[in-house]
Amino acid sequence: MKDNSYASVMARKNEIMKKAVGIDYSKYEIEGIAFDYEKMMDEVGYSLEEVIKIQSETSVGNTPLVELKQINRLVKTISPKSKGARIFLKDEGANPSGSFKDRRAAVSVYEAQKRGYKGVIAATSGNYGAAVASQAAKRGLKCIIVQETFDSRGKGQPEIVEKARACEAYGAEVIQLSVGPELFYYFLLLLEETGYFNASLYTPFGIAGVETLGSELNQQMIEKTGKSPDYVVVTNAGGGNLTGTTRGLQKTGADDTKIIAASVDLSGLHMASDTDFNRKSFTTGHTGFGIPFATFPDRSDVPRNAARALRYMDRYLIVTQGETFYVTELLSQLEGMQRGPAGNTSLCAAISLAKELDENETIVVQETEYTGAGKCPSAQLTFARENGIVVRTGDPKENNPGSEIVLPESPEQLHYTEMEMEKIKTSYIKQAVKKYGKKDFSETELAFMAKDLKLAKETVQEIIALLN
Amino acid sequence: MSEKAYKGQWVKIHNIILEPSQRAPGVPEDTQKCPLEMWLNGFLDQDEASLGEQVAIKTVIGRTVKGKLTEIEPKYDHSFGKPIMELLTIGPKVRAFIEKGDSNER
Repeated sequence: MKDNSYASVMARKNEIMKKAVGIDYSKYEIEGIAFDYEKMMDEVGYSLEEVIKIQSETSVGNTPLVELKQINRLVKTISPKSKGARIFLKDEGANPSGSFKDRRAAVSVYEAQKRGYKGVIAATSGNYGAAVASQAAKRGLKCIIVQETFDSRGKGQPEIVEKARACEAYGAEVIQLSVGPELFYYFLLLLEETGYFNASLYTPFGIAGVETLGSELNQQMIEKTGKSPDYVVVTNAGGGNLTGTTRGLQKTGADDTKIIAASVDLSGLHMASDTDFNRKSFTTGHTGFGIPFATFPDRSDVPRNAARALRYMDRYLIVTQGETFYVTELLSQLEGMQRGPAGNTSLCAAISLAKELDENETIVVQETEYTGAGKCPSAQLTFARENGIVVRTGDPKENNPGSEIVLPESPEQLHYTEMEMEKIKTSYIKQAVKKYGKKDFSETELAFMAKDLKLAKETVQEIIALLN
Repeated sequence: MSEKAYKGQWVKIHNIILEPSQRAPGVPEDTQKCPLEMWLNGFLDQDEASLGEQVAIKTVIGRTVKGKLTEIEPKYDHSFGKPIMELLTIGPKVRAFIEKGDSNER
């Protein structure tokens, strides 16, 4: 009988993963930190044309691009003269299960079916679970979703409980766990037991799936405004949304578009802490995922992460929970579009950004997500209060993750905090030094890091030299 | 006498996956003190059982899983929450704000 202790299962990780994703990652390894990212994307992923075909088979994509006319009117009233960029919103909530995650799931589930797997498994507490379950239903595959749902008191995040309901509605088996990173251990056990496909968010399939989001929005902007967007704002968590969207933009010629990441500030809350778990009022789109994944992408559930946000990111803007709830309400009240809060993180950053840009510039907010019981502002704020969080109106700068959610009194108070790119890139290098236990990286490794960080090789060397 | 579930009924089971002593190194202290627990819904796969008993269920995709019976006909209890004053006032205030802003521009 197999030894299913934590240590033994973790030791079998690579063997289990190889069987469960059907990718031989060793083919792309070069040395140390370096691997051939583009070769992996080319050989394992699919071309834009192939992805369009795969997604059209299950009615994914081709979502509307909406000019936010009322919000833009508001932006004009709070911007200096001749400022106030026009904001457009890609309504990804119109996908079959209600989010852009259908794009990722469509390609992964297609791949699983093509390779003859009987079912798919995904470890996710977010919209991706519903997406995988929905795509599996469309292709007649079995589906298991593993979620981190409850704290040790058995209290579940309403947003996650709602996603469990959605997954079950699409015919998936939903396994709910208490807080902790050992979810991955149980996930490995399930992969081994069932022999199902690991529909990871971080394979080249998942990322190739998002490329159509970038290409579509570029096409739609050219049709509507005669040019590619000047800015695209992306809610950033694991980095796949940003990576895929930018690759799609670049593949369709939008080389000058600036890519702005946006996350909700959850600084100070530990993602693996049982007591912090229900002090979060957002379960995704926040810094608790955004920063660790940007600074060390290969922490994911596959040996090499195809989502590499710092390769594509130009700026990183941080907003607060209170502001994002406020903006969710604006979208609903001014545009007549009720969409889930977490996906509106990028809209929140876009409004503040638009105030500083010229009025002839354009911004695309590239996602929305479905909303409903559990995952709407009133549900999440009620839950916050039940967990001792103060919810009040005031200056959003006083917002304090895990203790106070401050909704702005006026739209003029909407703001962002700029995360310095240099700081975050330095943090990536620090992690690499720690992980690989050295400072003397080879030329090949330095070249890889330079590419991963959108920096000159010399700059990477300078940063390493300055580290203590 | 505790409530009973019958064959084929929709139930929830519970299992301890890792005891506190078996948890991964590096897990925060508060989490380390708790077991890693799991919950799963399925159809009861035996004639009858009482709450708290070890049972077998068949999940919607046909897997057989064993665990402690914790709930019979488990329901979703998430909702739209209570009315939140801080949210209810946003719409009217921002509409007035836009109208005022537009008239200032004229």
